[in-house]
Amino acid sequence: MIGDIWAWLTTASHWDGQDGIWARTWEHLQYTLLAVVIALVIAIPIGALIGHTGKGTALVAGLANALRALPSLGLLVIFALWSLDHLPIGIALQSASIAVLVLLAVPPILTSTYAGVAAVDPATRDAAAGMGMTGRQVLLRVELPIALPLVFSGIRSGYLQSVATATIAAIVSLGGLGRYVIDGLAQQDYPKMAAGALLVALLAIVGDRVLAMIGYLLVSAGLTGRRTLARRPAPAPSEVVMPATT
Amino acid sequence: MNWDWLGRNAGEITSWTLAHLLLAGVPTIVGLVLAIPLGALANRYRWAYPPMVTIAGLLYTIPSIALFVLLPGLLGSSILDPVNVIIALSLYTVALMVRSVADALASVPNDVRQAAIAMGYRPLRRLLTVELPVAIPVIGAGLRVAAVSNVSLVAVAALIGVHQLGSLFTQGEQLDFYTPIIAGIVLCVVIAVLFDAVILTAVRLSTPWRRA
Repeated sequence: MIGDIWAWLTTASHWDGQDGIWARTWEHLQYTLLAVVIALVIAIPIGALIGHTGKGTALVAGLANALRALPSLGLLVIFALWSLDHLPIGIALQSASIAVLVLLAVPPILTSTYAGVAAVDPATRDAAAGMGMTGRQVLLRVELPIALPLVFSGIRSGYLQSVATATIAAIVSLGGLGRYVIDGLAQQDYPKMAAGALLVALLAIVGDRVLAMIGYLLVSAGLTGRRTLARRPAPAPSEVVMPATT
Repeated sequence: MNWDWLGRNAGEITSWTLAHLLLAGVPTIVGLVLAIPLGALANRYRWAYPPMVTIAGLLYTIPSIALFVLLPGLLGSSILDPVNVIIALSLYTVALMVRSVADALASVPNDVRQAAIAMGYRPLRRLLTVELPVAIPVIGAGLRVAAVSNVSLVAVAALIGVHQLGSLFTQGEQLDFYTPIIAGIVLCVVIAVLFDAVILTAVRLSTPWRRA
């Protein structure tokens, strides 16, 4: 069984062309990153504002939780049907899939951003205000940098959610690695399905590690304990665990 | 909404709803039962905590559809066998709950622990009759997240031909027909709310001292 999967993966012709592994992986990464970037643009400003002002916390937490209960597959299919009726045929299914990816990537980023900003030590906030910083400066120069580790845990959750959802979006004709799983099932080609599944898992794990590393490099050295002498780093607030729902 | 269609297919929808309840519920319980001893170990022996959290985090990174497809290859089961779904979701639940249980036990006030020791409780009995009950609200909060995720994850298994409410989505897609999709989404949300309510009630009933 493992030999069959290995044989499929090491067949040179499976790597080239429009349905090749390189092209499918690249497509998958494009959908995922596009969705995560759009989700960041939506979620970070709103999350930062909610964490800073403390207003709307209950509403957003409630909405984020409610969204988790919606099955991703159902959202994908209903968005796809709607888009075929209302959008130009050429872009309908892709736009619908990306919209669902964004919709599912926003909640983890939003909740971790506001939790991170809200968890900043009030003494730190007071010190910043005492130094004459305006509210905006406190948010951008103090609260967000301190919240960054938590924000990154949210970005990683959002990425994983997108990788997984982009895979099942192959059912509504999206490209990417999900094609191998869906087409392999239709052709009763288990090695193809399993190879696709393996590549998706690999993309998820590698991407998650890369994001964790970027987060570590971006977070202020004063927080991670890099390059600081003798002083213990401030304890990081515990990560918000948001398992994927796809 | 085409109510006629729903009426004509009520039998199938009912059996898919029951399958969905089972496929999401059983892993939630199995995962919790396995996570309690593992979480207690991670809390008791601090060296065990980082590797367990790392392995759990790695498991969570694997998308469900990948696990649903790969497990039959590893276990030698048929790809259509619902057991793959139950095992995959149990793994996810354990991965999430190990950390919840360990953190919940770590949050038990030290005074409580010391009082139990002074009263002569031995470690195992102290864990079962003092620390775990005090930790129930935090464990319950983690279990709510796991249970709601499981309800959504089960639907994905429709893609590999395991029938439950997710089958309404693939059916709607093939028929170009909204009714089954809307019915499926509504029933999934109802199950998620039901699981949430059951866990909240169980936490409330098992911690009478918190209502005093």
